[in-house]
Amino acid sequence: MEIVHVYTKKRNEFGRQCNFSDRPAELHVDILPDPSLASNFIERDPCDIPIQCTQEMSEHEVNTERFESDTRGINHVEGGWPKDVNPQEMEQTIRFRKKVEKDEHYFSTIMQLGSNMEHCIKQNNAINIYQEYFEEEEVVEESEEQPSAKTINVFRDPNEIKRTATCLSWHPDGSCKLAVAYSSLGFQNISPDMSYDSYIWDIENPNKPEMTLKPVSLLVCLEYNPKDSHILVGGSYNGQIAYWDTRKGSQPVEMSTIEHSHRDPVYKVIWLQSKTGTDTFSASTDGQVLWWDIRKMSEPTERLVLDPNKKGNLDNALGAISLELDYHFVPTKFMVGTEQGLVVSCNRKAKTPAEKIVCTYSGHHGPIYALQRNPFFPKNFLTVADWTARIWSEDIKESSIMWTKYHMAYLSDGCWSPVRPSVFFTVKMDGTLDVWDFLFKQNDPTLSLKVCDEALYSLRVQDNGRFLACGSQLGTATLLEISPGLCTLQRNEKALATAMFERETKREKILEARHREMRLKERSRSEQSKDEDTKEGDGEESVEELATRTEAEFYEIVEAELKKRAKEQEKKVRRD
Amino acid sequence: MAEVEETLKRIQGQKGVQGIIIVNAEGIPIKTTLDNSSTVQYAGLIHQLVMKARTTVRDIDPQNDLTFLRVRSKKNEIMIAPDKDYFLIVIQNPSD
Repeated sequence: MEIVHVYTKKRNEFGRQCNFSDRPAELHVDILPDPSLASNFIERDPCDIPIQCTQEMSEHEVNTERFESDTRGINHVEGGWPKDVNPQEMEQTIRFRKKVEKDEHYFSTIMQLGSNMEHCIKQNNAINIYQEYFEEEEVVEESEEQPSAKTINVFRDPNEIKRTATCLSWHPDGSCKLAVAYSSLGFQNISPDMSYDSYIWDIENPNKPEMTLKPVSLLVCLEYNPKDSHILVGGSYNGQIAYWDTRKGSQPVEMSTIEHSHRDPVYKVIWLQSKTGTDTFSASTDGQVLWWDIRKMSEPTERLVLDPNKKGNLDNALGAISLELDYHFVPTKFMVGTEQGLVVSCNRKAKTPAEKIVCTYSGHHGPIYALQRNPFFPKNFLTVADWTARIWSEDIKESSIMWTKYHMAYLSDGCWSPVRPSVFFTVKMDGTLDVWDFLFKQNDPTLSLKVCDEALYSLRVQDNGRFLACGSQLGTATLLEISPGLCTLQRNEKALATAMFERETKREKILEARHREMRLKERSRSEQSKDEDTKEGDGEESVEELATRTEAEFYEIVEAELKKRAKEQEKKVRRD
Repeated sequence: MAEVEETLKRIQGQKGVQGIIIVNAEGIPIKTTLDNSSTVQYAGLIHQLVMKARTTVRDIDPQNDLTFLRVRSKKNEIMIAPDKDYFLIVIQNPSD
């Protein structure tokens, strides 16, 4: 989209138009000499005047004609012979040479030079001083340094009442700015003094935010438009979506109408890749995913209800907490992470709303706070929820292919590294940041760093993979730089990661197949037993026969009882 | 006289030495083991080169002076030992 910013100025503000015209000369003032004023002055005598008696000279610059100079070598064919020696005549030259050789000076010089020369010759013979060692080896050495991360800057919430930094977004070009959305996620935890502002920070200046965004209600999520770095869209706690243009100021340019917005806080908003660059979609725990065009915020362009029964029933819907859209892969498929622990994969282009929900992936126990496809392997995605982080393959719906162990603290956010396919980051509620490299170590994080004492709620890696920012409960956004080993692509990494994913996927497939087999067996066994029951049922009598038989039995029992009673009576009588 | 001969013979006998030329300050080859045309060519060209190298060294530091000059090329190495009045030029094929 060609986002045009129009600078307007009213015509009447321009000022009066200039009208030039010709006029004749006018005499304004004519002051005549007045000798009476001379009495106010005295003549000066003597006067001091410095003078100089030198030759008068003038400086003058002239551009002369170009003088071309050239450097040439002369090929000394043969020359230097003294006048009396003719170079063509062999005899004369030989005679001359012999004369020189008799010279004492010649003798001493040559001896000295000779010894010098011999030394160098021997040097040459001994070792080739120009030999290239290590010619074939690669210049790039793998530095076996310890992975580390270093805090560069800390951006604190300038307000007195601290709010949680719930979402971070890097500026799309250059990544020199960071937009942080502050809100309070606790239920009804908002005090009346709490400021609603969210800030855009310049990385270099942690003392004061570069710009303030003033929404109507606390912003839960915030995203820069990747196509136009002046536009940001934010989802707020009251369910509305708003968008800002940083050129236009702190107030939102437009907000969605309350009737058509979400009924719950908007947890995630993502920009779509479209020709106009103005489409976004948002997800909220009220169970809806809404598509918006920011030019017309009065109504969403499309709506999807996350009803697992595919009936569009809002009451049944799953609350959405995270969204994922990988537009390099397939722009029409997206995934939603729900509060109930399911990941729902949806297709936007489906004809009927029922077909929009393609499939679900279950396996988590709690709300899925982060959901992201691997930038190098779009078939695999990472989910972060409850106490684990899991990696899934699109084809296996029953369980994840890889997962971390259960941690002591809840995991609150995670993302892949944009430069290395096997590295991802997670943050936990105890304030630690974990860097995982599953090609290096699978049971534990490669690097675990305690960023702050309070819980960390959000995490975002910059596009170059080198910097990452995490937001905490007290509104502190920390900017970290990770060591180059963790953000440069290692040799064979892609191949190894592919192999690992394929292996795990295969394992899960085999397990799934096995489960299916076992279930089939169970089912067939239970069906078999049902068959046997019905066979016996056929042998049974019809209702009448059943009645007669029951009657006969009844009478037998009654008679037996009577006989028993009679016997007892007899015994009693006999005792008495 | 004989010692000069001996020195030159020794140099000539070293491994890889292809030729020796002694040139005087005017550029006249005094003694040589190569053929005439090559000698004359070498003498003329190298004389200029040594002059240039010497002035370069002297220009950078007037106290300094050129003691030895090696010109390594793909095929061989030309070593020049300069003096006030004479140069000793040796062409050697380095050992590889």
